[in-house]
Formats: sequence, structure tokens, C-alpha cells
Amino acid sequence: MSVDVPQLARRIRRHVLRMVSMARASHVGGCMSVADILAVVFGDWLRGSPDEADRDRFILSKGHAAAALYATLAECGYIPIAELDQYLSDGSRLLGHASHLVPGVELSTGSLGHGLSVGCGLALAARQTGSPSRAIVLLSDGELNEGSVWEAAMFAGHHRLESLLAIVDVNGWQSFGRTSDVLNLEPLADKWTAFGWAVRQVDGHDTPALIAALNTLPFSAGRPSILLAKTVKGKGVSFMEDSLAWHYRSPDAAMLKTALAELEGGP
Amino acid sequence: MRAAFASTLFAAAERDPRIWLLTGDVGYSVLEPFQMKFPDRFVNAGVAEQNMLGVAAGLALAGRKVFVYSLANFPTLRCLEQLRNDVAYHRLDVTIVAVGGGLSYGGHGYSHHAVEDIGIVRLLPNISVFAPGDEYETAWATAELAKRSGPGYLRLGRGDEPAVHGGIGPNWQVGQPILLRSGPGAVLACTGATLALSLRAAEQLDATLFSVPTLEPLDPTAILDAARSAGRIVSIEDHAGGGLGTIIAETLALVPHGIELRPVRFGREPVEVAGSPAYLSGLHGVNLEGIVRAATGR
Repeated sequence: MSVDVPQLARRIRRHVLRMVSMARASHVGGCMSVADILAVVFGDWLRGSPDEADRDRFILSKGHAAAALYATLAECGYIPIAELDQYLSDGSRLLGHASHLVPGVELSTGSLGHGLSVGCGLALAARQTGSPSRAIVLLSDGELNEGSVWEAAMFAGHHRLESLLAIVDVNGWQSFGRTSDVLNLEPLADKWTAFGWAVRQVDGHDTPALIAALNTLPFSAGRPSILLAKTVKGKGVSFMEDSLAWHYRSPDAAMLKTALAELEGGP
Repeated sequence: MRAAFASTLFAAAERDPRIWLLTGDVGYSVLEPFQMKFPDRFVNAGVAEQNMLGVAAGLALAGRKVFVYSLANFPTLRCLEQLRNDVAYHRLDVTIVAVGGGLSYGGHGYSHHAVEDIGIVRLLPNISVFAPGDEYETAWATAELAKRSGPGYLRLGRGDEPAVHGGIGPNWQVGQPILLRSGPGAVLACTGATLALSLRAAEQLDATLFSVPTLEPLDPTAILDAARSAGRIVSIEDHAGGGLGTIIAETLALVPHGIELRPVRFGREPVEVAGSPAYLSGLHGVNLEGIVRAATGR
């Protein structure tokens, strides 16, 4: 494909900032941390259109990053870009957590710990019929507190769901503190390895590295793959980066202007 | 009931290659024929109901028709959010099959008392709720659920319920009560595994009896019409509030029919002793004496 992935990521971030500012919405930090991952997945990796049965299926298990997903879908032609202005407005289908009523959204999410199991079911179905469809599930690191994630991890490992890919947005924060302070996840790679997964770690903002990783799927024959993507919450806007406050805050007009200017001046 | 479910599903799966069966590590001596015949459509998901429901949702998203088999409250309350968000909201072809409704596993203790399940599941969107009363109603309900699209809940007893019907009725319809007998004594409406007990009571009272194997959707018109002259309906169920009695009460409250409801059902208080299903149900007044008392007003 000829998509300029870094440029796509920059446009996703720009949309997200405008959307959350306009809607006075929360969750901007976790949207910014996954912008590069979404740009790579949708710009470089995902195959098939929403009406094809054998399409690859992307599930945003961290449904609170819906604004970033909608921005990605708009940039990739699933929904009109102008519709992004309707985010969270009365009667809009662009809900605050991912909604399957939006073309390109496979599963409505919002409660954490649901997506990976559904990805397991998709992968099982694909294997039964020899479909080339791949399932990819994007989780947050805080989400890994949920026991259901580990039920799914055990299931995928046991059933050797090779066409399943999980990506964890490891930004180190959850709603009320650092992940290491709330419920320590480490040694995270070892945990997934022990559950039968093939694990890679990557800088979640290094788009060439992300692309390179996805091009080597499955990471190990006969195993589900997981990419632990080290990210920065609020990435791209200096005053939002690595800050819990920007899980909740919404930029006002002046902050939005500053933030957009920073994005334009970025790499 | 379990055997009727298993053989009916087996037959449906022979015709429909979309049908899958997941189990939460239960079904010993019941599900093996399906497992042997359709190994690529059978998964024992282990003791992990949240994941099992999510896997079922994923399979259904990919066009499969999935039956999920487990015990008592495990495939509903344990994973209620997966049932609500992933299955019901998305209108997926997933049917939950719960064995051990009511107090049929009552002696195993409170963990195994499925006495609020119908009320809870009935509140979820888009889901059909079936509570058959004998093996024929079970076979019929299973076949209907295999034909229907969208989410379903099939609540079964334990397996030793006596057959009441002589076969599947030619006129049984989803959402319609089944008239078993007519009599001047009273009007009884029962659901689930209370069917045989209710028939005994109806015979003793020379009463009209409806079996209500579908609770959602349910058109109670036939029951209300029959009760108009008697002025009273006795609802009978092995469930607490939220089930058949509540459904009829809601109907009567919304439209004034001048009909009194006497619900025979479990109370909110947990049963804390061991005993047979009949004994434990009797502690709540769900027995022959309780039905007769409700019907006669004494």
C-alpha cells in the first residue's frame, strides 16, 4: 500500500484533539497513545472491506479510545471525515466508546476485558473453514487487570490460535494511577510466554518497527502472537504526555491551538 | 430434558453446518455424541464462562450459530456482562443453555440455585427466553432456537422430569401458551419444570392449565381470556420474582382486566438446607398444597 503511515497517524491525532475539544470529552491521552498503532493497522495491514466475510477483523478492546478509531476510519474512507464533528453530539452514532453501528467497527466495547475472547472466537471460526481472515485485538495495559483477559489468553494458547494477534498499548497508566502502583503487571512478557503466546516488544510510536513486526506474523508457528507496544500516554502533545490528568481533561480552545501547532511542528 | 436437548441439537447440527456447541466443562454422558460427530464444531471451553461467552460471540460474528451449555447460574450470572454487551446487544446467534434451573440442583447449595435467572436474562435486549416443562417441550424449544436468529436462553431442569405431553404438539407456537386441559376449577399457568406438578394440581382441582414454555416473547391473551370468568390466575414456577408471575402481573397492571393474580413461586430468601428439589421447592410453597391453596383462596 502507498499510505503514508506517519502522516496518517498525525491526521488521526489532529482529529482526536479537535473531537475531544469540541465535545469536551475525556480519554484523549489513551487515544494519542494508540494513534500510531491504528495508523499502521488500518493503513498498512488490514485486508478486506467490511462486507467481505474473509476480511481481517480489528477489535478495539480498549473501547475508550473510540475517538482515535473513528478518526482512523474516517481517514481510511469508512465514514465521512465531516462526520467526526458529530462525535458525542445528540443523536450521533459516534459514541464515547466504540460502537458497532459505525462501519468498520466489528464490536461495541467499553467494558474492559471483552475483546480478546471475541477475537478467539473469530480466530476459531477462521481456522475451521481455512479462511485467511486474521483477528487483531488492541488492549490497554490497565485492561490486563481483568481476569477475563487471562481466560482468553489461556484459551488462545491452548487452541494455538495462530491467526490471532493482540497488541497491548503499554502506556503505563490506568484510571487512578500508574499500572505499576495499582496492580503490577510485570513481568508482562513472561506472563504471556507462559500462557503459550509468542511475544514481541516494540516502541509503539515507531511506525517502521510496528510495520516490520506485523509483517512477520505469526511470530511463532502454532502460537497466538502478542505485541507489547511501549507507548506514551498523550503522545504528540508535550503538556499531555505521560500525565494521568489527560485521561480526563479536555483541551480548551487555547490548549487545542497549542496542541495542534505542536503536532504540525513534530517529526 | 438434557437428553432431549442433546439429541435435538445433534439432529439440527446435521442439517445446519453453522451450528456449534460450546460447553463450560459440563455435559458428561450427554454431549459426547455431538463431540464425536462434529469435532470441529465442539469446544470444551473449560471452567471459564466469561471467555466462553466471548468466544461464542466471536464465532457468531463470523456467521456461526452457537449453543453454549453450562450449569445453573454459570452461563448467565457469572458472565452476565458478556451476555449483555457482546451477545444480546449485538443480536448475535448465541443460545445459552442452562441445565439445573430452579432448585433442581438444590441440594448442592446456594451456588447452584438458579432462581433469579429468568428475571435477569429477560431484562436484556433482543433475547428469547424458553423454559420448557418436559422432554417434548425441550425438543420443540431446542428446534425453534436452532431455527431462530438472534440470542436465546434455554432454561432446562435436571433431566429426570417426567414426560407430560405425548409428543410435540402440531400447533405449538413461539410466544403462545399451550393449553393442556380445561376445567371450571381455576386457571393455572405454569412454566419450566413445574409442569408435572401443575398438571397434578390441575387434575385435582379440575382446573384449566396452560404450560408457558416461552417467556419472551409471550402473548398472554389466551391465559387472560380463560381467566376472565374465574377472575383469578394462579402462576406456577420454580423461580423467584421476575419470571412468569411478574410477567402476568405486569400485564394485569398495565391493562385493567379485573383478574387477580396468585403467584406460586420462590421467595427472596435463600434455601439453606439440603433436600430433594420437591422438598426444597415445598419450603417456598411451590408444591401441590401451595397451588391448591392459591387456587381455592383458602
